Amino acid sequence: MSKKLLSFPYLLWMLGFTIIPLGLIVYFGLTDKTGAFTLANILAIATEEHAKALWLSLGLSLLATLFCLLFAYPLAMILRSKGVSGSAFIVFIFILPMWMNFLLRTLAWQTLLEKSGVINGLLAALRLPPQGLINTPAAIILGMVYNFLPFMVLPIYNVLVKIDDNTINAARDLGANTFQTFWYVMLPLSIPGIISGITMVFVPALTTFVISNLLGGSKILLIGNVIEQEFTKGNNWNLGSGISLVMMIFILISMALIAKYDKNGEGTVI
Amino acid sequence: MNQPLIDLQHISKSFDSTMVLDDLNLTVKENNFVTLLGPSGCGKTTTLRIIGGFESPDTGKVLFNGQDITHISPNKRPLNTVFQKYALFTHMSIAENIAFGLKIKNKSKAYIQDKIKYALKLVNLDGYENRSVDSLSGGQQQRIAIARAIVNEPRLLLLDEPLGALDLKLRQDMQYELIRLKNELGITFIYVTHDQEEALTMSDTIVVMNQGYIQQMGSPENIYNEPENAFVADFIGDSNIVPGTMIRDELVEIFGAKFPCVDKGFGNNRPVDVVIRPEDIDLLEPGKGSLSGVVTHLIFKGVHYEMEVTTPDGYEWLVHSTDLFPVGKEVDIHVDPFDIQIMNKPASEDEEAIGVNE
Repeated sequence: MSKKLLSFPYLLWMLGFTIIPLGLIVYFGLTDKTGAFTLANILAIATEEHAKALWLSLGLSLLATLFCLLFAYPLAMILRSKGVSGSAFIVFIFILPMWMNFLLRTLAWQTLLEKSGVINGLLAALRLPPQGLINTPAAIILGMVYNFLPFMVLPIYNVLVKIDDNTINAARDLGANTFQTFWYVMLPLSIPGIISGITMVFVPALTTFVISNLLGGSKILLIGNVIEQEFTKGNNWNLGSGISLVMMIFILISMALIAKYDKNGEGTVI
Repeated sequence: MNQPLIDLQHISKSFDSTMVLDDLNLTVKENNFVTLLGPSGCGKTTTLRIIGGFESPDTGKVLFNGQDITHISPNKRPLNTVFQKYALFTHMSIAENIAFGLKIKNKSKAYIQDKIKYALKLVNLDGYENRSVDSLSGGQQQRIAIARAIVNEPRLLLLDEPLGALDLKLRQDMQYELIRLKNELGITFIYVTHDQEEALTMSDTIVVMNQGYIQQMGSPENIYNEPENAFVADFIGDSNIVPGTMIRDELVEIFGAKFPCVDKGFGNNRPVDVVIRPEDIDLLEPGKGSLSGVVTHLIFKGVHYEMEVTTPDGYEWLVHSTDLFPVGKEVDIHVDPFDIQIMNKPASEDEEAIGVNE
């Protein structure tokens, strides 16, 4: 009885801040402005403008996830080889930016990349022609990688440090060279961490609108921006909710795919 | 033919500023079961890791069958290791674990299948091919780790405290199993343990190590019966180590009583250390032995009684006997001459530190 009482605040929290908002999204997504049932908001994803935004979002977030993985894995291996005492400081350095405001960090990149920004200023000082850095897909990917990299490093690092040195030694002992040891032992054993990292980078990258707003300008529209604009500028909550529902289904599908390859359940964090 | 399989020459190794091995020399003959025995931190595991290639020595050479392998990486060494806590690949089935080394060497599928079957039979786990690592008990995992190593037909198998994580009964079973395996396969074993009973049971040769030095090397009987210094005597089995004086050859005085012994060449009236094993002490009725005392402690141990006999000088002798002498009874101590082992006293405090500490 007392245990049930203890869980009551959490149930209330979930009801108020998860179940009810979700229900509202579903309600708005499946009705039109008069409150009548319709699938038009869901099907609106197929319109050329929305589909384009969706594919662009998928493409950019997949690329950003891939880059994060490519940077994070070697880093996590280096951290593992340094041992706990040696790696603590480096991990700290990587987590440090996360203590600063997300918006502020992205704004900082804006100042760096602007036409008259810091990087172009340096290029001018070196008598090189200015580059169009801001408002490109590349700038958005850069923002995503910069902001989400720690979420890839930490889960991979966590599984790598759990691998016993002797497991690696055993592979070497049985004749595997450095690459074979990595490919047949280290990599398979770290898959739960990789999956966890992919989830933690891919999902927020797919739905971001802040990074694309600040670094992509008004020309590049991601699905997150579409939803945001329907709610703020277009004042069409029904359409915004409908597209949100489609995104949710996308994420659920990717989670299901991930869960299929993730026996230990470490990937299903989000 | 007489060339040793492993020849360690002047091996030294330090971690940070701690000297772990200091000018270690060790040869291991083919087909021998050699045990490196010592307390933790004595350098036995480091020695094994240097042979396996997982550490490189600061100075010195490792010869395998006369060939210098000091700087050869572990995957190219013609030997295999059974690690502490098994180190199996948890993402693979049992068959895949055993096949790992053979697959790396590109052996044919049929050959690998045969070998898996053979190895599982050898370790008494037929039919376990498709089980997962997690579904096995500690003892079974250890057998798989051994199977995984021996399918590669190494000439030398290194075993790093492989039974340390098992309970007593299982450990004893596995000891016999290992002896049987060694005899069936004709592989040289180098075995690391801190368990002296394990070492005495299994080895052809025991190397007792402490603080980076080899204290004594010899057969189990030799190590047990003729310990060369107090550390070995103390570490291998229980023993009474008492100060004595060598009156002349074949006669030693302990706490004022004279005992005939068989040791010679220590000089006359020299202070020495005397080692007497608890099971070598005979308790007699008062007046019939060399040294009298009183039984002050008694425990029943199953096979024998463990007693403490205090002599007037205050020393408590540890005695193992199947005869019961109750607490408070006055007894005489008698020791047969060949059961007395005389050792030189450590010449300096340094030497004492090497031998007796820990």
